[in-house]
Amino acid sequence: MHIVVCIKQVPDSAQIRVHPVTNTIMRQGVPTILNPYDLFALEAALRLRDQIGAEVSVLTMGPPMAEDTLRKALGFGADRAVLLTDRAFAGSDTLATSFALAQAIRRMGEEWGEPAIVFTGKQTIDGDTAQVGPGIARRLGLNQVTYVSAVTDIDPAAGTIALQRRAEGGVQEITTRLPALITMLEASNEVRRGSLPEALRAARAKVEVWNAAQAGITDMMKCGLRGSPTVVKRVFAPPARAVSAEKIDTTAGENSDIAEALIGQIYARQPALEGELLRMAAGY
Amino acid sequence: MKKELPEHFRAYRHVWVFVEYEHGAIHPVSLELLGEGRKLADKLGVELAGMLLGSDRAALAEATGQVFEYGADLVYMVADPVLEHYRNEPFTRAVTDLVNTYQPEILLLGATVLGRDLAGAVATTLLTGLTADCTELAIDDERSLAATRPTFGGSLLCTIHTLNYRPQMATVRPRVLPMPPRQPGRLGRVVERALDLREDDIVTKVLRFLPDRDSQKSELAYADIVVAGGLGMRSPENLQLVRALADVLGGEWGGSRPLVQKGWMTADRQIGQTGKTIRPKLYIAAGISGAIQHRVGVEGADLIVAINTDPNAPIFDFAHLGVVADATEILPVLTEAFRKRLSVNRLAG
Repeated sequence: MHIVVCIKQVPDSAQIRVHPVTNTIMRQGVPTILNPYDLFALEAALRLRDQIGAEVSVLTMGPPMAEDTLRKALGFGADRAVLLTDRAFAGSDTLATSFALAQAIRRMGEEWGEPAIVFTGKQTIDGDTAQVGPGIARRLGLNQVTYVSAVTDIDPAAGTIALQRRAEGGVQEITTRLPALITMLEASNEVRRGSLPEALRAARAKVEVWNAAQAGITDMMKCGLRGSPTVVKRVFAPPARAVSAEKIDTTAGENSDIAEALIGQIYARQPALEGELLRMAAGY
Repeated sequence: MKKELPEHFRAYRHVWVFVEYEHGAIHPVSLELLGEGRKLADKLGVELAGMLLGSDRAALAEATGQVFEYGADLVYMVADPVLEHYRNEPFTRAVTDLVNTYQPEILLLGATVLGRDLAGAVATTLLTGLTADCTELAIDDERSLAATRPTFGGSLLCTIHTLNYRPQMATVRPRVLPMPPRQPGRLGRVVERALDLREDDIVTKVLRFLPDRDSQKSELAYADIVVAGGLGMRSPENLQLVRALADVLGGEWGGSRPLVQKGWMTADRQIGQTGKTIRPKLYIAAGISGAIQHRVGVEGADLIVAINTDPNAPIFDFAHLGVVADATEILPVLTEAFRKRLSVNRLAG
């Protein structure tokens, strides 16, 4: 059985800074990480491999330096890695991204067997859209199951899989048919530590690097900016509020005085709140 | 960049809201979207429609009343047994079928787990643009939907357009938009449409639905009072101080994104762009610096109180009241002060 895991190299968002004067992103020196949600997707794939035997391929689309992220995935135990990289993909929105990734997955299927499952994280931490997984599912005709918290059973012979997924207000227990696209929820498993032999193997392993043509992509009108129906018209920092916070005086008095002053200000600004709190406390 | 809208899209008119209807109730985010959709439709001079999908025809017919009272002129209704539980396949089919038949120019969905699962599949099927988690929607001078959302991990905002494709799709998270007033007695038309799909054709089966036991988890977004902690709380144990204040105030508690990343609390308590958006009457942020991704999740609060040691922390730019102090010292004292005030009254009352 062949399993593909889509991963992404993302900027470590905790490190992103905006230039205070020009309001532009200070990209320099921002470290990149493997999108944290993708680790749960990778672990789910590796567990299935441990359980029933499978080959796990990782795939990413990005600049040449995204190879680091693939090596990290190899270090966790993935069997092979494909980097899809081409200047033609620059400026892709989620629709164009899902087109390119779907084509690459088709190509991987020809090379190493049709994937029974494509795993992704529930979303990335840079785009936060959660749209690329469903996009790949639609383009490849895979059964789409998002926000999966557990893979409870799989029957490769029958081509079925049982899953638990997060739904509004509860959990759905579902079954579906393979091939499927599954997006994994955070904390759905505990990500393994890569072993030393795997780390050594990862350092030596060859990462397949494909450009658009090598991935079998011929319709360049569906790639990059041209293939993206959405257009970013403006990027800006949100305006500050006209008046910044009124500060409670902390220089005079004890902490209890500060607390009393704060409560006084809260009630002064939200006069209805005091009555509501009192009624709540009195058990109404 | 701007080309003429292709001929076959020019017939696309009207604003639609996907109305999330499950377990006998409409999700509040759908009502919030109807309020916003009404404004967009009025600006464009077109109608506002709700899409209502489910298995129980009589229950759906009753729910249409609520959709009208929150601003819709008409409801597209699809009642079919295969729509009993949410599943991607039949819902995507029903929505794309309605869109292709009646051709709306704008389609809005709630950015819930259901809405996100559906929106991505629908947009890809229709090959159109979709902007997730918008914080502001507007119509520009060229009748185009301007969808603003945080970008770069929430450090900046960007405005996105879908110029040459229709419908223009966007999702908005619960509580980002205000709840519009209900207009009792407001009426509209119902257009019913059949779904050409049999249960045997659908490969995904829902065996069971297990409702969340901890109902409080889902209440954070709609709580009147919220207390949240950030890295300034310094340890996972200190989050107890946040919970204690929330308890005394009868509110909910949560935290900023780094606390989830550090494993101090679970993701369902996260407040901000990638967590819950809240609009409480009172929000107390303890030891939270106030990155933009947090700010967009709390800006709708009536009163924001920030406690932070750093007088230059960005949170003081959008909080109403600020205390420059160590939150781990102030919170217990504040909790005690509230407790005294509230218990005195209980004895007196």
